[in-house]
Amino acid sequence: METQVLIIGGGATGTGLARDLALRGVRCIVAERGDINAGASGANHGLLHSGARYVSTDPTVTKECQEESELLKKLAPHCIENTGGLFVAFEGDDEKYVADFPHLCSRCGIPVRALDIKDAHELEPALSKDLIAAYAVEDATIDPFKLSLENISQAQQHGTTLLCHNKVVGFKKSGNRIRAASLLNTKTGKETIVEAEQVVNAAGAWVREVAALVGVSIDMLYSKGSLLVTDNRLTKRVINRLRRPSDGDILVPGGTASILGTTSVRIKSLDRIIPTIEEVDLIVNEGATMLPILETTRYIRAYAGVRPLINTQSEIDDHSMSRRFALLDHAQNGLENFATIPGGKLTTYRYMAEKTADLICQRLKVASPCLTRTEPLPCTQAGRWTEPGLGPRQWVKEKHTSEPLLCECEMLSTSVIDSVIRSIQKQNGTPNLNAIGLRSRMGKGPCQGTSCGVRVVGYLYEKGLLDSDHGLTNLKEFLCGRWIGERPVLWDGQLIQAELKEVLYCGLSNLEL
Amino acid sequence: MSTSKAIECQLAIIGRGMAGMASAFYAARRGISTISIGITGGTIFASGFLDLMGVHPIEEKKSWYDPWAAIDDLIRDIPHHPYARVKKKDIRDAFEEMLSFLKEANLPYYRCKEHNIEMITPLGTVKRTYCVPHTMVNGVRALKKKCPCLIVGFRGLTDFSAHQIVATLQEKWPDLRATIISFPNADHVSELFPGEIMAQTLELSNNQKKLIRALSPHVKDAQAVGMPAILGMHRSQEIAGELEDKIGVPVFEIPTMPVSVPGLRLNDAFAQHLSLKGIKHYSQSRVLKVTNGPKGSFVLSIGNRKPEYTVRANGIILASGRFGGGGLYADRQRIRESLFDLPVCQPRDRNTWHCENFLDSRGHPANRAGLEVDDLFRPLDSTGQPAFERLFAVGSILAHQDWMRMKCGSGLAIATAYAAVNAFLRLNG
Repeated sequence: METQVLIIGGGATGTGLARDLALRGVRCIVAERGDINAGASGANHGLLHSGARYVSTDPTVTKECQEESELLKKLAPHCIENTGGLFVAFEGDDEKYVADFPHLCSRCGIPVRALDIKDAHELEPALSKDLIAAYAVEDATIDPFKLSLENISQAQQHGTTLLCHNKVVGFKKSGNRIRAASLLNTKTGKETIVEAEQVVNAAGAWVREVAALVGVSIDMLYSKGSLLVTDNRLTKRVINRLRRPSDGDILVPGGTASILGTTSVRIKSLDRIIPTIEEVDLIVNEGATMLPILETTRYIRAYAGVRPLINTQSEIDDHSMSRRFALLDHAQNGLENFATIPGGKLTTYRYMAEKTADLICQRLKVASPCLTRTEPLPCTQAGRWTEPGLGPRQWVKEKHTSEPLLCECEMLSTSVIDSVIRSIQKQNGTPNLNAIGLRSRMGKGPCQGTSCGVRVVGYLYEKGLLDSDHGLTNLKEFLCGRWIGERPVLWDGQLIQAELKEVLYCGLSNLEL
Repeated sequence: MSTSKAIECQLAIIGRGMAGMASAFYAARRGISTISIGITGGTIFASGFLDLMGVHPIEEKKSWYDPWAAIDDLIRDIPHHPYARVKKKDIRDAFEEMLSFLKEANLPYYRCKEHNIEMITPLGTVKRTYCVPHTMVNGVRALKKKCPCLIVGFRGLTDFSAHQIVATLQEKWPDLRATIISFPNADHVSELFPGEIMAQTLELSNNQKKLIRALSPHVKDAQAVGMPAILGMHRSQEIAGELEDKIGVPVFEIPTMPVSVPGLRLNDAFAQHLSLKGIKHYSQSRVLKVTNGPKGSFVLSIGNRKPEYTVRANGIILASGRFGGGGLYADRQRIRESLFDLPVCQPRDRNTWHCENFLDSRGHPANRAGLEVDDLFRPLDSTGQPAFERLFAVGSILAHQDWMRMKCGSGLAIATAYAAVNAFLRLNG
């Protein structure tokens, strides 16, 4: 294959970059070793930062967050819920930090409004009675899956090719240029050579591995962050603990659920990024200081992502350090058509993509200006079904009531799954449980795939989209993937759910044998 | 002031799953005045198969043809497994008694006394089990012969994919094919569930005729026809026979994912029998509190939320199941027994409850947590002595077993219920 730009990585940055370049008329191939948002882009809080979290540590990031979140609220409203946010402090918290906060905000130009304790409790009744200070800020939430799916969808309409499950395994150099990259399809074993004029490494936490293939070394640190998903939505707004960024200090609404996080654990290897029981307990204990209900509420799963940090040898902690992005122009390493953008914050993904696209266009001598700053992100079928709560609404509205439900937790009927299957096929993908789950709410409800797993596999067989015993392999992969997130929250209600899952799949059906 | 009504009985059975049902059954047959407490439980989740013993050691995935030899091996390796406390003769007698009752109850089961049989599951896997409902026996035979066979699915029945079964078994069974037909009177129904309604529909001969009409053109060279287990609630064998007569080849049922009709049939058969035997069932009640009565007896306060009855019983059989049944409860720190707070044998901490891989062949240690008992199935207190003279624990709440992985769920329920009821008889004098 041949293209102008090869983008390695299909996360928020890679897909955002593809759209940015495509809108400037540049042909791209996006090579993703897994599926869309397989790394940190799909394992974060889904928080569109107002900037207030960084006022004490980084005014530049604060400003970027503020500008970008305002822009995205206008240009991609369908990916965003403008919830607003609160910063809250409790008895025992650092009172100096609390007192400084409004000043730091106004110094950075971040709108902030002090609330009476009583008013704060009225806005968010779940807040602890030990509340001593509350400030309203302009935080919002963003659906990272919808965002990336819409970005890649528009990029594809403008000529971008998406190759999922294609891992870069080597580069061919000629002189001081990369001439081609070899991709290995991890599902089929097929190799593809992509000749590209420019190569962008947007592999997130894996940028070091990719760069190493062409002899460029990047000094990276990895900070794992784990998050928890509750069964119900507990607050209307984003709730931030008013203290220096730390563990378990943000609760973000995620549609019909709430997401509590995060942690910061230095890890050496990227082989197995999983949330641990220690992390879960830490997050729950910390979170319960803000909202006591977090001690007793039901959690349906946990997940973990990795913050890729460029090692600056500084002493600041990872919660604060992860905030800046770096665009590495490898011309300085003697490779004039290679750049790395390790990714930073979801909130500023568009800005990072724009800066990277500027560099690439300058190299390609393409004069077209960036359009993602002004053009709204279209709302398409590709990202439609990631929205929590849409299933039940549409089930009534679009008369899906005349069709069987394949996922009862999220009320997804056969025509929803059909629509998701079509999107996958448009993205050159193979419809399977993981791909369908990524693009919809399937498997995300309390049952975590117990009922929908077997039904959707059966449906794929009935549609002729699965043959042989591939459905069993598919189910195993899907259930084991879900399990990684379930395992650390298996007590009380979710343990009962897990037991039922094992009764069905192992006790009755021998899937483990 | 207590307004609750008083009940006297010899034995109170807590739990209405397979182990609770079996306990009530054996108690009833032995003339013990018994009450049964608990909402309809585990049996409705049953596939219809009665497993005795299938896999050991689970980490080697060693599947046994001879369940009795498997039990020998099992209790040699895991001497605390509940099977180690029941004589093999008693396990045999327990099955004998149970199966002859099921036959009388018009729910006959099929088995080969000395070895396991193989049958297909709704996922298209093959499972070794000990007994299957008689309506499945033609499936066992067809699978053995790998004869040309048709698997029938119904439009709208998303819990059962005929094509999945056929594709998954393709390599082992090339002469298997699938077809989808409409279910009688279901043209305007979007979604079908493999439950009572479908089963009852097929009890009407008019609907059977419609099914036969829809099915017949697809039979062709098939020497057997399999379909989801919905052939009536109570006369399944007759209905299968009627179908066989008309389409000319053996018919068999395949279990569906729960709630499945074979589970409901078992539940109904027990419930009817127990009710005939005068065993009162408090289906909307749970045990709120138990206190000690005179001479080692118990006083149970039962009700939905507030106490409705006060039960005086000489003995209790705890058949309350695991987490789903409510017999065990886990918080973030530990696993507890819900009613008496009996000591629960369990892994050290939550980190060791579950493996990182769902399908880890060693099984999850939490699944072997449970109650330790003596040879009379009396749960032990922290000193290792029976916690109460006449408190017994049976079924999946027991420690040192992983019924899901060992494929011994029904056998465990039946054998331990049998043993506990007999032990109660002896101790009650």
